[in-house]
This record gives sequence, structure tokens and C-alpha cells, in this order.
Amino acid sequence: MFGKLSLDAIPTHDPIIMIVAVVMGIGAIALLGAITYYRKWGWLWSEWFTTVDHKKLGIMYFIVALVMLIRGFSDAIMMRIQQAMSVAGAEGYLPPDHFDQIFTAHGVIMIFFVAMPMVIGLMNLVVPLQIGARDVAYPFLNNLSFWLFVAGAALVNVSLVIGEFATTGWLAYAPLSGIEYSPGVGVDYWIWALQISGIGTTLTGINFFVTILKMRAPGMTLFRMPIFTWTSLCSNVLIIASFPILTATVALLTLDRYMGMHFFTNDFGGNMMMYVNLIWAWGHPEVYILILPAFGVFSEVVATFSRKRLFGYKTMVWATVCITLLSFIVWLHHFFTMGAGANVNAFFGIMTMIIAIPTGVKVFNWLFTMYRGSLEMSTPMLWTIGFIITFTIGGMTGVMLAVPAANFVLHNSLFVIAHFHNVIIGGVLFGMLAGLIYWFPKAFGFKLDEKWGKRSFWFWLIGFYVAFMPLYVLSFHGAVRRMQSYGPEEWQIWFIVALVGALLIMAGIVCTAIQLYVSIKNRHHPAYVDVSGDPWDGRTLEWSVASPAPHYNFAHLPQIGQIDDFWEMKRQGRVTVNEGPYEPIHMPRNTAAGPIISLFSVVVGFGLVWHIWWLAIVGALGCLVSFLARVFNDDIDYYVPAEEVERTERAHQQRLEEYRKWLEAHPEENPNAQVRMEG
Amino acid sequence: MRGNRRLRVLGVLLLTALPLLLAGCSSALLDPKGEVGMEQRTLILTAFGLMQIVVIPVIVMTLLFAWRYRRSNHKAAYNPDWAHNNWIEAIVWLIPCVIIVFLAGLTWYTSHSLDPHRSLAEDGEELEIQAVSLDWKWLFIYPEQGIATVNEVAFPANVPVRFRVSSGSVMNAFFIPHLGSQIYAMAGMDNDVHLIANHEGTYEGRSTNYSGAGFSEMTFEAMATSPEEFDSWVEGVRESSQTLTFPDGYAELVEPTINHPVEYFSSVSSGLYEDIVSSFLGGSEGIHVPPSDGGHGHTDHRAGEESHEDHGEISPTSAEAAE
Repeated sequence: MFGKLSLDAIPTHDPIIMIVAVVMGIGAIALLGAITYYRKWGWLWSEWFTTVDHKKLGIMYFIVALVMLIRGFSDAIMMRIQQAMSVAGAEGYLPPDHFDQIFTAHGVIMIFFVAMPMVIGLMNLVVPLQIGARDVAYPFLNNLSFWLFVAGAALVNVSLVIGEFATTGWLAYAPLSGIEYSPGVGVDYWIWALQISGIGTTLTGINFFVTILKMRAPGMTLFRMPIFTWTSLCSNVLIIASFPILTATVALLTLDRYMGMHFFTNDFGGNMMMYVNLIWAWGHPEVYILILPAFGVFSEVVATFSRKRLFGYKTMVWATVCITLLSFIVWLHHFFTMGAGANVNAFFGIMTMIIAIPTGVKVFNWLFTMYRGSLEMSTPMLWTIGFIITFTIGGMTGVMLAVPAANFVLHNSLFVIAHFHNVIIGGVLFGMLAGLIYWFPKAFGFKLDEKWGKRSFWFWLIGFYVAFMPLYVLSFHGAVRRMQSYGPEEWQIWFIVALVGALLIMAGIVCTAIQLYVSIKNRHHPAYVDVSGDPWDGRTLEWSVASPAPHYNFAHLPQIGQIDDFWEMKRQGRVTVNEGPYEPIHMPRNTAAGPIISLFSVVVGFGLVWHIWWLAIVGALGCLVSFLARVFNDDIDYYVPAEEVERTERAHQQRLEEYRKWLEAHPEENPNAQVRMEG
Repeated sequence: MRGNRRLRVLGVLLLTALPLLLAGCSSALLDPKGEVGMEQRTLILTAFGLMQIVVIPVIVMTLLFAWRYRRSNHKAAYNPDWAHNNWIEAIVWLIPCVIIVFLAGLTWYTSHSLDPHRSLAEDGEELEIQAVSLDWKWLFIYPEQGIATVNEVAFPANVPVRFRVSSGSVMNAFFIPHLGSQIYAMAGMDNDVHLIANHEGTYEGRSTNYSGAGFSEMTFEAMATSPEEFDSWVEGVRESSQTLTFPDGYAELVEPTINHPVEYFSSVSSGLYEDIVSSFLGGSEGIHVPPSDGGHGHTDHRAGEESHEDHGEISPTSAEAAE
């Protein structure tokens, strides 16, 4: 009746898990209770859960990502504490089985359920506004993508309390992840969490690819697109091309585990090397899926806060395209030590290094954007400067790893861990936090607190170096990744330093939380509120509309004449008040299909994990029926009446007018007052 | 002025990174005890040094530009439309290209000279040791001496050693940090890595590729000895009362254990390593006993092995997959 599921699946023997579970349970009950008490369910359902508005979906992606960041970071702290203790025969406080789940969950959560939703959330929030579109190409699919991602995240969290998570490492290398060596449900949770959220990611890739190619405002040729849109386009190309590989690989592993097949098993002709090749054929493009949009964020931030055009726009675009193409022919550098011949290793090593060229060019272009600019040291700009330095160091260690003969001693060591945190924290995470602060006013209509933002930055930056530089040192002593305990006593001090670094990063996360709290509390204060819709004196189209942007984005679709068109219009005084006449705007309707299909997909996933076949069938039927109901529903769009558009636009213009008068009375408050003269 | 102080903090921070690296001087990788490791140390330091040509200017320029062009500095120039310069663009492509061309040459050369499959023996004299990763211990087989050990391996210093590496379980990687290159251990695959110790001593070895619950303790001692000490060590192993037979004794050994003690086997059934490798090829369940022939008749297979020398892929079962 319940497959492999029984009461034993609840890990009552592990006090740590049970405490976490109780705390999480209390938190969830408190949250649900508060929503019920304040009668917000209807509002949440109709305004948020069923929305097809890309801006709201972007915000929801970010909220879930931040919650999962806390989960993933707790894993990190637990690992750091364990390794600071478990020296020379000491076992620490985490037995291997628990420690192994933690590092697996940390990797899976941070990549799939923190970095990916941050990147996709930011694309959702920004891309349609930047290209002058009113929504994405497939609004319903966008909602569905989000909810499938949530379904995957939910399965990962369920695994904490019911059953176990994989103990295989985040990529679940075969044959360890096969049924023979991992008979428990951990790998199955991993499989279905990735497959369900992976469908969402693939749909997002298609959605934004089509949106960017087909829905740009008139006059916006490809080479007039803002650079963040360019990097998003490339990132989505990578999603479309690489995620099917992941889906297929995991599906083959699923056949091995569920149907007794032998794609990746030790015997019967299975080939674990094929698994490693396939998973990295997706895995390497994946890191560029994450980093390219972060590059885009930095490009926007550095131009805006240097108050200067991005240096070498075309070079930037071509460098991005080069990276996109090259990212598919370097995957073997993740396993030079597998024993391929020297020619094969040398080829992949050299291809990897070649990626450093366009990346290096990008770094120089950011630098020359700052050169002869007028730099405002706002928080996003600090993240950018911290990024350039940190990422350069990470890039350097990456090239060192790319030399096969050097990789033979660095592979699988903490050098690899330090390197990829160097680029993923220093690149992706810094980029996403810079982007969050930069576009926050556009999403909510008020700015984030600068003081707490800067504190967060300094804790993160210093914490990063304190946490990860010791790992480089340890790697030279022969310390490898994923050690629950180790022998040499002289290693311990470095692990303790790394723990201190992790605690500093925690202080950074706390500062971000305080930053959000302070800013929300002061959201109506003149120093925080963004009346103009253009708080940073921006360059691209998203700053031409109100903050928060009206749900239809643009009352009239803009006409684009050049790069940074909005900036040029402002400079030439061509930004005119839009007097109308206004026309009805065609918009998609909200849909309940996304959350419902997703809910059923959780049921399918849970049923399959525990071999409860009837439950899986019920879930699958639920998915199918709710999908069909959506397909045969013709009432999926409506027109925003011209009067409503006019009312919204007039209200914005009136606020603008009041703000202009207020600024005239308080010239010292003008954010643009300090700008230096040209010359 | 606050900005200035903060940038200084940043500078100090970066400077502290350097001594951190220098602190690694007495470490396994920076103080290697064998030829392979020494060449790898030179390679790592060369690559590191070469990249400073870009890394240091970038860091200096970042801090300099951030300071110089801050908004409050009214002496600095401001050109809001300056966004293109052919010379700069040419140079920023050229410098990374030149460095990468140089590194690529180095990569090509060292990928071949330090190829783990390449024998270090000029006259063909080398010791063969067969290493098999099990859950969670290392089995070392000495085919010439007809002995085997668990979690301890000895070999004479200054004698090239060919480690043939396979697995009786999941993937692992065989690594002695002081000596250099590691290589994956995979079931049914006959991989190899050539190493040499130029100094006598006892070095830590371990699996670097995560393989499950006992992975952390999957370490062994590698003893590089004088020729006499090696002979007496072999004699010591031969005095053990235990022997290792295939498939029965081996089936006992493959049972998962954590922190397995050192064990000596005074004799092993002939062709043990080949039996273990090919036990996965037949595709039987359980402890992977090869069908019918009981572990003999692999001489042809071995003869083919000897001929593979300097550009070997993992042989022979995996050559096509590795390509």
C-alpha cells in the first residue's frame, strides 16, 4: 500500500534532524497561521500564486531562493563545524551517513535551488522590461516553470524529514548512485527533485529565448539590446541545449535504479564513465548558465554607477557568444584523472584555457568602463568591484586546474572546492546580490538600505577570503573534498580559520536580513522611496516606467533608436510626459493551472520515490487532467481598459510632478547633483 | 575618506592571501618526494607566475580606477561617451591570447611528458604493483612477488613503479600526494599511473574520489624504502599466515569495512588482479565471479597489456569510451 514507506522513514534516531524538523514545522505553522489570521490566502492566491506577471514571478523566485539559501548555508556551517572538530581520530558530531547527506544537499540546493532561481528570477524581473515587452512569450508556462521549481525544492525539503537525501555528492556519480550501492531513497529524491524542477528550467529557457528574439520593442535590433538581455539570451540558449542532456542522463540512471537496467552499473556492460561524461556535458554549460547573467548584471551596474557608456559593447557581446559556444567543448576537464590519453586531455585543457580569453576581455572592459567615469560607490558597485578582484583570482585558479598535468595533483582536492566557490560566490552570488539591490526599487518602489547593504558586502567579502583561502592551503597538504574526518593534526587550524570565515559570511547574511527589514520599515521615507522610477539615473528601458512597474509594463511600446536609448533621451531632454491617448492593452489572465499541476507533480515525485505506484498514477492523472483543463480553456486573456491605463499613468505623472517640485525645494537631495562635468 | 580606508582593508586582505599560499611550502605538493611531483610543482608555479601578468594589473587597476574616478574626486577626467578604443581593445584581446598561447604550449608538452600512462623506466625495469579499491580499503597485489597487502604499500626508492589501478566497487582515485599524479580506480577498468620516489620515507596515500561512508578513512601508508628494506619487507609479508584466493578469499575481503587494519597475504592466486578486473565483464551478480574458467586463462589479455606504453588510454575494455 505504501511501497517502501513506513514510520521508520522518519529519522527519529538523529536528534539534529528532529530538532531542525521541529523548528521548521513550528516556522511553517506560524507562517500558515499568520496568513490565515490576517486573511491573506485569497490575496496570495489571486495576486501571487496564480499570477502570470513576470515581475511577480521574479520576486517569488527570489523569495524561495533566499529561503533555500538559508537551508544550504546551514548545511555549509554544519560541515565547517564538523571539519573543525573531526581530526586525528575524533569523529566530530556528524556520522558519515549524515555528513554525506549534508554535502550532497548543500551542493544540490545551492546550484539548483539558490543560484538557478536567483538567475531565473532576475531574468524574469528584468528582461521583458529591458526589451520593452509587456510580458514573456508564454506567460502560463512561466508560471508553471516557477511552480515546478518549487515542487523540486519541496521534495528536497521533504527528504529531510521523511526518509533521507542522497549520500552521493551533488552529481550522484554512478555506480555509487546505482541501486546496488545506494539502495535507499536518497538518490530517488535527488532524481525526482531534479527532473521536476528541470522541466521547469527547460521551459524557462524556451520561454525567454522566444521572448528575447520575438518580443523586442520596435527598433531594438539585436545589437541595441541591453547587455543583461544579451547575457540572458546566451544563458537561455545554454539551458535549451544542455538541460535535455541532464534530463536524459538522470532518466537513464532512473531506468537503472527502477527497472534493473545497466546503463551505468559496474557489470552487464554498464559504463560509469559514460555517466560522468554525460553529467558534465550538462554540468559545464550549467556554470555558464549561472555566470553569464551575473556578468550581465555587473555590466549594467558598472555603466550606471560610472555614469558612462559600457566600454566595448560589441566586444562584450562577442565575448559572451564565444563563451557560450566554448562552454560545450570543455567538459572533460572535470575528470582529467580518469585516464584518457594525453592528446584528449591536452585538447580539453587548451579549450578550457581559451575560455579565459573572452572572460579576461570582459574584465578589462569593465575596468575601462570605470576609467574616466564618475563612480558612485553604491552597494551594487561595491559588489562589482569585489567581484572583479575575487573572480580574477578564481579565474586564475581555474586556469591552473585546466592544465591536465597540474590537475593530476589538484583534482578532487580542496583546491577544486576553493576554486569553484571563488567563482560561484565571487561571481554568481555577488552578481545576484548586486542585481537584487540594483533592481529592487523597480520591483517594489523603494530602495534598499545602503548602510546595511555595505555591511553585508564587507562581511561577505572578508568572510569569503577567510573561509576559502585556507582551503587552497590545505589542498597543497593533500586534503581532499568530502572528508567526514581526517588524520593530520596540523590541518585543523586551517579548518578552524575556514569556520571563522563561514561565520563572517553568516554575519553578512544577517546584515542582508536586517537590510531588508530596515528598508521595508522605512519604505515610505523620502530617502528610500523611488518616486521617479529611475533611482540610479539608469540607462535602459526598465527605468523609463514607474516603480513598481505597472502590470502591463508599458502604456505605449517604446521606439528604440540606439543602445542606451533611455539615457540618450534623458540627456537630450526628449523624455516627454505621455499624454495619451491610451488604448486598451491585451494581457494574459492569471491561471490556477501552474500551482495545481505542480502540486500533482510533487505527488508523482513522492509516489515514485517511495514506490507507491498508485499514488504516482493518481498524481500523473492529476497533472494530465489539470493540464488538459488549461489547454481547453479559451478564457486566457483580456484587455486592460484604456481608462485604467490612463488612470495608472496619470497617477504616476502626478507623483513625478510633485517629486520634481520637491526636488526644486531641496536641491541637496538630488541624486544627480554631484555629477562632474565632462572633459 | 571612508572609501580609502576600506580599499586599504581590501589591499591588506589580498596581501594576506600570499603568505597563506607560502605557508604551503612544506606541504606535500610543494615539497614533493618524487620526479613526477617535482615536475608538477614546477608546472603549477610556472602557470601561477604566468597568470600574474594579468591578475596583478587587473587588481591594481580595479583599486586604482575605483579610487581615482570616485564621484567626489573633481580632479579626475570624466568622458561619459568614451566607450571604444581600437588600441585598448586590441591589447585586451592580445595579452590574454599571448599568455594562453604560452600556457597551451606548456599544457600540450606536459600532458604528454607527465601522462600517467607513460612509463618512467628508460630501460624497461620497473616494479608493477596492482592497486584495487574496495569498500573502503586498498588492496595491493605484487604479481612478481606473488604477495598482497591491504592499506600498506612498499616499494624501493629510485625504482620506477607502475601502479595498475582498478576497483572492486565504486569509483575511487589512487593518490599519493608526495609523489604526484592520481588516477581513477574503476570497476572492470585496468587503469595505470607511473610514479617514482626519489627519497626514502613514508608517505600518506588515499582515495580522493568520494566513494561512500568509509571514504574518509580510505587511506594507506606508502613506504619508499632502500632495496634491502624492501626485500625484508617482502619477506615479512611472506611470513604471514594469510593467503588470498580468488574468488573465495577475495569475496570475504570485499565486504565493506571502515578503517580496515593493515593486512599481509603471503601468497595470492595467480592472475588475481586480472580476475578482479574481468569479473565485471561477464555480468554475473553477487561478488562478480567470472563465468566458467574460474579466473585463469587471462594470459592473452595480459600480453596485450604489456605492449601499451606511452599513449595508452584506459585499456582494454574502455578505450573507446575514454576517447
